[in-house]
Formats: sequence, C-alpha cells, structure tokens
Amino acid sequence: MSVIQVQRKPLSFAERTYLPQVFGGLMITLRHFFGRRVTLEYPEQRPEISAGYRGVPTLVKDPNGREKCVSCQLCEFVCPPKAIRIVPGEIPAEAPNAHVEKAPREFEINMLRCIYCGLCEEVCPEQAIFLQNVYSLCGYSRAELVNNKEKLYELGGTMPDPHFKWDKKKAAAEHAPAHQ
Amino acid sequence: MICSFLSLPPVVLALLKGLAVICVIFPIAGACSMAERKVSAWLQGRFGPNRVIVPWFEWVPFLGRGLQRLGVFNLLADGGKLLFKEDPLPGHVNKFYFMIAPAIAIIPAFTTVAVVPFGAYLDQAGQVVPLMLANVDVGVLAVFAIASLGIYSMILAGWASNSKYPFLGSVRASAQLVSYELSLTLSVLPLFLWVNAPGTEGSLSLVRAVAFQSGTWHGFSAASWGGVWFVFLMPVSAFVFLIALFAETNRLPFDMIESEADLVGGFHTEYGSFKWSLFFVAEYAHMTVGSGVFVLLFFGGWNPLPWLPIGTLFGWLGLVPSTGHFSYAIAITQGVLSIAVFLAKVLFMIFFFMWVRWTVPRFRYDQVMRIGWRRLLPLAIANVVVYAIVIALLQRS
Repeated sequence: MSVIQVQRKPLSFAERTYLPQVFGGLMITLRHFFGRRVTLEYPEQRPEISAGYRGVPTLVKDPNGREKCVSCQLCEFVCPPKAIRIVPGEIPAEAPNAHVEKAPREFEINMLRCIYCGLCEEVCPEQAIFLQNVYSLCGYSRAELVNNKEKLYELGGTMPDPHFKWDKKKAAAEHAPAHQ
Repeated sequence: MICSFLSLPPVVLALLKGLAVICVIFPIAGACSMAERKVSAWLQGRFGPNRVIVPWFEWVPFLGRGLQRLGVFNLLADGGKLLFKEDPLPGHVNKFYFMIAPAIAIIPAFTTVAVVPFGAYLDQAGQVVPLMLANVDVGVLAVFAIASLGIYSMILAGWASNSKYPFLGSVRASAQLVSYELSLTLSVLPLFLWVNAPGTEGSLSLVRAVAFQSGTWHGFSAASWGGVWFVFLMPVSAFVFLIALFAETNRLPFDMIESEADLVGGFHTEYGSFKWSLFFVAEYAHMTVGSGVFVLLFFGGWNPLPWLPIGTLFGWLGLVPSTGHFSYAIAITQGVLSIAVFLAKVLFMIFFFMWVRWTVPRFRYDQVMRIGWRRLLPLAIANVVVYAIVIALLQRS
C-alpha cells in the first residue's frame, strides 16, 4: 500500500481573509434561494411507489374473478409476528371451481402485528397474497385495524395470472380418461 | 386636525410618536423570526412553514392562499404560543436577576431607535427635516452607548441561571461583545472626521451623515463627491463596521454564545416562553436598529441611489409644493416615501444577515477572539490613521 502525498497549497492573502470563499458560498445559497424546492408536499403530492414495495398485505383474484387463496395456511405458519389467522373451509361440490376443494372461511391479518416483511407473499404457492402499495393506514380502534377476508380482497383487486394452473388441472383431469 | 395634533402637550406628543415607532419596530422584530424560518428554508431548498391559516381566512380569494404559503399566520401562532405557554422559573436560579435580565435585554434594544432617523420630508423652506424621535447631536454615540448595555443582560442571564451552559454562554458573550465594541466605534471615526469638516458645527448626528450623502451629479468634478455613498468612499470602514455588527448582534458566524449544537441555548438555556421571546425579539431588534445605522452611515439612508437624493425623487413625483405654501398632505406623503426607501434598504440588510447565517459555519471561540483583537482591531486602527491623514490633507482649507 503506497502513500500518496496530498499537496496542500498555502492560501493566498485574499484566500486567508476567507472573503472569496464566503462570497462563493453566498452565491451557492442564492442559487438555491431562486431554484426549485425539493420538498414533496404531502398529502397534496404523493411519493412514487416502486414496483417491489412492501405495503399492506392483500388477497388477490385472478383475471377470471376466482379468489386465489386455498387456505393452505403456509403464510400463517411463516408469519414472524403471527399476524395472520386462517380458518380453512370447503368449496361446495356444485361450485364452478369445486376442483380447487379448499378456500378460507375466515382470513384475518392483524395490521397491528404485521411487520411488512413479505414472507407470506414469498411462501404462498398460489400467488394469492401480495404486499401492494398502500403505506398509510389508520383506524380509531384495534378492531378496525384487523383486516378480514372481504377487506383483504377489496384491497387486493385483480392480479394477472401467467399460469391459470387450476384451469389447466381441470382441463387435464377432463382429458385424462379420454387418453387412457 | 394636524394642527390640533401638533398642539398637544410635548410629553403626549413624544409619547405618541414613540408608540408609533415601537408599533413599526416591534412587528418588524417579530416578523424577523418568521422571516428567518422562511428565508432559511428557501436558502436550503425547502418551503418553510406554509400550512397555518385562520380557518375563515381561507376563503379570501387571492390573499388567503398567498399569505398561507408565505407563513404569515405562523407568526400569530408562535406569538400566541409564547404568550400562553407556561413560563418556567427554575428553583435553582437567582430569582430577581433571572426575571430582570430579559427586561434589561429589551430596553436598550428599543431605546436606541429614539436617536435613529428613519425618513425625511421637506419643510416650508425646502430644507430636509429628518423624521426621528430625538434629534440629538450625539446621534451615533448614543446608539453605541445604549446598545452596549445589552451586554449586561446576557451576563446577568447567564450568571443568574446558576447552571453550566448559560454560564459558559455568558462568559463567551461578555468577551465577544466587548472585543468587537472597539472595532465598531473605531470604524465610524473616518466617517465623522469627513463629516465634521473644519469650519462646520461639530456633530455626531446620523442626520449629518445622510446629509453628506445627499448630493446630486455635477459631472466629473469634485462637487460630485457629495452624492457618493460612504460605502464607496470608505469601503474598509464599511467592511469593519459590518463584521463588528455581526459580532455585536450575535449573528453567525459569531453566534458561538448561543450555538445550539454546543451550548443548548447559551445564556438563554434556562429561559422559557415569554422571557425567552423577549431575548429573541431583543436580538432581532438589535439587528434591525444595527442595520438601520449601517444603512444611514454607509448606504445613503433614505436616498434611493447615489447621486439621486430623496429631494430629486420628490421632484420627479411632483411631490414638491409651490414655494412658500406648505401642505401637510404632501409632507406626509414625502415622509412615507422616504420611510419606505429606508425600510426597503433595512429589510435587505436583514435578509443579508439571514443569508450569511445560513451560508457560513460558526467561528470557534478562539477564532472569534483572534479575529476581534488581532485582525479587525489593527485593521480599524490602520483605517483611522490612513483616513485621518488623507482627510487632513484634503480639508486643509
């Protein structure tokens, strides 16, 4: 490791009065005085939310309107502060998506516990739970801040689905006996 | 109506005039606190306070939003807060001195304005009559003398507070203010040597200083020197006076006595709502009056431009009455116009104070002492000596 000698030039007489430096500084601040302000005026202006932002967790539907969660309870298991509480239920046999077999009867996320880590989104095998871009939530009571299933689906909306795996499974199950 | 006003007993007249001046200076000093926040914000690329508004005022069409964005109502909010907040009187302080220190701070700050002229009008003979509370001959000396009394408030506040930070703050305050007092007074000596030319009646009045800067353009001749402002004639004096003024009003880069980072609050650490606001307003009042004196001495006072005295401006605007006939309305308009010119310059100086505050870092205590005694004082003395020789040669007749 070599040593670099930094050359410190001695200050000229004018520089030793520090007046040129002060004047230079004054010009810089004057530029800011007449320039644009960098403040983002919340709440009139909102910040831009980037793609992977971990906001409030939500449940999503696929483009066909089917609720994607199958209450496998993996997210409940992985959630570090145990904010998710699921009661699984059965899909009745006469429903159009009866081949999916399970759907949550109750699904609650307690936002007072959620730490926005995103592990539930990572672990979900159905890509049903997503942390989207809501960053400010408030309520007047503890009960108000527990998001139930309706609220979660309302917040979630619809996400594009590249696979439609249950439709493919249903189509394969229908064609399988024909190929035997 | 004006005649009945002027025939009131002199004491009442003086009282009313004093009240009028206080009613201008006090809001300026108060608004300075708000202006400080806004100017500092703009200099740093932020907005500053722009949300406070009296609820019903929002519906006033243009002024409502405009004044809200300017943060004007924050002044009311701050003032009200300081008035109604609990005023702490700690148990460990010397109660008598603790309570009179803010009063001692604010009394000299507002008293100095009695000898500072802030405008002028033309009387019946066409002579310029200054607008001031007390046209005394010892003008500038009275300003310096009374303003120096402000030091005692800081020392008293720090000593009475019976605590480490205020004590350190007041020790530094006394050292700093005394050091720069000398340079302050020495720097204006060349000016008064020039103003008191041999043969004229001697006077230290600020009015004479402005009168000497109220000349018109007479071509490239010696007579044109009458219109040059002293900042161009005696730049070193102006520079020394400005630096000493920064130090005397405890403004950055000389505010180490109240440096928030090291000393919490310096001498006013133990002070709370209203007493603290008295110190605060006293500092801004000192700043305002100091800027006023600087403008009067070096920037032509109420004259708009060099070689453009206020009399010429009155002439251009048709504000000169026909000879012999004196009109109160015209005199009042002249007065208001000259006050407006003077105030514009003072407000620019106040902005300059704030501009420098938010640009330059603070000096250390040893640096402040070194600058005061080893740089500024020799410069001021050399300045006086050089100008004394030059003026003696020029005014030999």
